[in-house]
Amino acid sequence: MSEAAGTIEAEKSRDIRKRWLLSLPALLIILVAASGPLLIVLVYSFLTPGPYGDVQWLPSLEGWINVVLEKDIFDGTFSLADAHVSIFVRSVMLSLVTTVLTLLVGFPTAYFIATRPEKTRELWLLLITIPFWTNLLIRTFAILEVIRNEGLINGLLLKFGLIARPIQMLFTDGAILTGMVYVYLPLMVLPLYASMEKLDFRLVEAGYDLYATPFKVLRKIIIPLVKPGIIAGSILVFIPALGAYVTPSILGGGKNLMLGNLIELQFGQGRNWPLGSALSITLMLIVMVALLAYVRNAGSQGSRHG
Amino acid sequence: MARTFSIRRQRGFTTIAMICFFALYLPIAVLVFYSFNAGDSLASFDGISLRWFAGAFENQQVIDASLRSLQIAAVAAVIATIAATMAALATTRTEAYRGLTLKYAFINQPLMIPEIVTAVALLIFFARIKIWTGYSGLGYLIAAHTAFCIPFAYLPIRARLENMDLTLEKAAADLYATPWKAFRYVTLPLLWPGILAGFMLAFVISLDDVVITEFVKSAGQDTLPTYMLGQIRRTITPEMNAISTLFLFLSICVVTVFFIVNRKRV
Repeated sequence: MSEAAGTIEAEKSRDIRKRWLLSLPALLIILVAASGPLLIVLVYSFLTPGPYGDVQWLPSLEGWINVVLEKDIFDGTFSLADAHVSIFVRSVMLSLVTTVLTLLVGFPTAYFIATRPEKTRELWLLLITIPFWTNLLIRTFAILEVIRNEGLINGLLLKFGLIARPIQMLFTDGAILTGMVYVYLPLMVLPLYASMEKLDFRLVEAGYDLYATPFKVLRKIIIPLVKPGIIAGSILVFIPALGAYVTPSILGGGKNLMLGNLIELQFGQGRNWPLGSALSITLMLIVMVALLAYVRNAGSQGSRHG
Repeated sequence: MARTFSIRRQRGFTTIAMICFFALYLPIAVLVFYSFNAGDSLASFDGISLRWFAGAFENQQVIDASLRSLQIAAVAAVIATIAATMAALATTRTEAYRGLTLKYAFINQPLMIPEIVTAVALLIFFARIKIWTGYSGLGYLIAAHTAFCIPFAYLPIRARLENMDLTLEKAAADLYATPWKAFRYVTLPLLWPGILAGFMLAFVISLDDVVITEFVKSAGQDTLPTYMLGQIRRTITPEMNAISTLFLFLSICVVTVFFIVNRKRV
C-alpha cells in the first residue's frame, strides 16, 4: 500500500518536473526580455545621471526627489516641480475621463450587441473586433486626419462658409481625449459584452412584472449584474490610457504631454535616465495599485456568488 | 405599426450604438478615401488616382521597413507560439501544483506592465549588452517582440486545451502509443486551431508594435510603424494614407481569418 502511494508520489513529482521543463522557454524569454530588465530600471532610478545620457555608478536619491520636487539652481532649496505634478495630474485626469466616456458609449453599444439575435450578433462583434486589432498608430492617424487644421471637420466647415479660419483642435487636451476614447473604446466594449452575453433576461422580465420602469431595470438589475464587466473594461482602458505614448505624442504635439512622453523625454533630450527610471517605476506602481484593487474586487465578487 | 414591447429594449441605446459604430469607422473611411486622392494635399480631393500607392511601392524606405516588420513578426510569432504552446501544455489539465500561480503571473506579466515602462527597461538593458558584445542586429527587436507576444499566443491555446480532456490521450497510451506519438497524433491535431489562432494574434501584435520597437531599435532598423510615426511627426502626404490603407487591409484579413478559425472550433 505504502509502496503504491510512493509510486504515485514519484509519478506526480516527475509530472511536475516535466511541466517545469515545458514552461521553461516561455518563462526564460519573458525573464530576459520583459520582467528582468524592470529590476535594472529600479537600480538605475537610484544612480546619478551621466553627462551624455546613461548613468554614473554613484548612488543618489536625486532621480526620486526630482519626480515631484525641483532644486533651485541658485540657492539649492527644493520646491514642488510644477511641470511634473501637472503632467501627473493631467495624465490621471485624462485617463479617468477617457474611462468614463468609453463606459458611457461602450455600455449601450455592448448592450445593443448582446441583445441582437444569435445570427447577426457575431457580425456586430466583428465590427468591434476589427478596430481592436488594427494598428493603434493608424487609428490615431485617422483621428489626426479628421481634426487637423486641413482635416475633414475644418475642411467641411470652411467649405460651407461656417468659419473663416480653421479651428485649432489639434495639439489640445481635447484632441488627446478624443484620440484615446477612439482607440480604447473596443477595450471597453469587449469585456462589457462578455458579461452581458451571460445576462439572464428572466430577471429583467421579473423586474417588469413588478412594475419597474426600464430605467429602474437598468439601474437595479442590469448594471449590478454586469458589474464585473464594467470593472474589467474600466481597468483595461485606464491602464493603457495612463501609460499612453503614441496617441498623446501625435495629437498633443510637443506641449501637451502625458506621463509616457515625460518618461521618453528623460531618455531623449532630457538625458536624465535616473529620473526617467523613477518616473517609470512610479507609473508601474500606480498601475499595480489599480490592478490590485481590481483583483480584490473580482475576488470578493466571485466569493459572493460562489 | 405599433412597436411591440420588448423587455430587452432600453431607450436610446440603439441610437448610441449606431453612433458608436459610425464614429468608429468614419475616421478609417476618411483615411482610406484620401489614399486614392489624385491631388498633393489632404486639403482637397482632386479625383481618384493610385499614384500614392505607386509612390509607396517605389519608396525604398517603405519597402525596407515593411520587409523588416514582416521578418520580425514572423520569427517572433513562431518562437512565441512554440514557447506558448509548451507553456500551455504545462499549465493546464492538472491539479494546482506549487509555482503554477507564479507561472500564470509570469506569462501574463507583459500584459500588465505599461508598454512604455518595458520599453525603457529594454532600452537600458540592451544598451548595456550592445556595449559588452558589440552586436547590434535585429536580435534585440526579435527578443523583445517574442516576449510580449507570448501572452497573446498563450491565451487561445490555453483556452483550447482547457476544453479538451485527457481521455483521448489516455486511450492512445492504452494502445501503446509513446508519449510523443500520443502528442503528435492526438493532442496536436486537436490543439491545432488554438495554435493557429495564437500564432495569428502574436503576428498581428508584433506587426502593430510601436512603443517598444521605437525604444529598442538601433539606427536604420525602422519597422513600418516606427517609420510611419516618424513621418507623421514631420510632413504628411497622402502616401501615409496609402501605406495605412495597405496595412489596414492586411490586419483586417488576418482578423477575419482569426474570427473564422475561432468560430469553427465551437
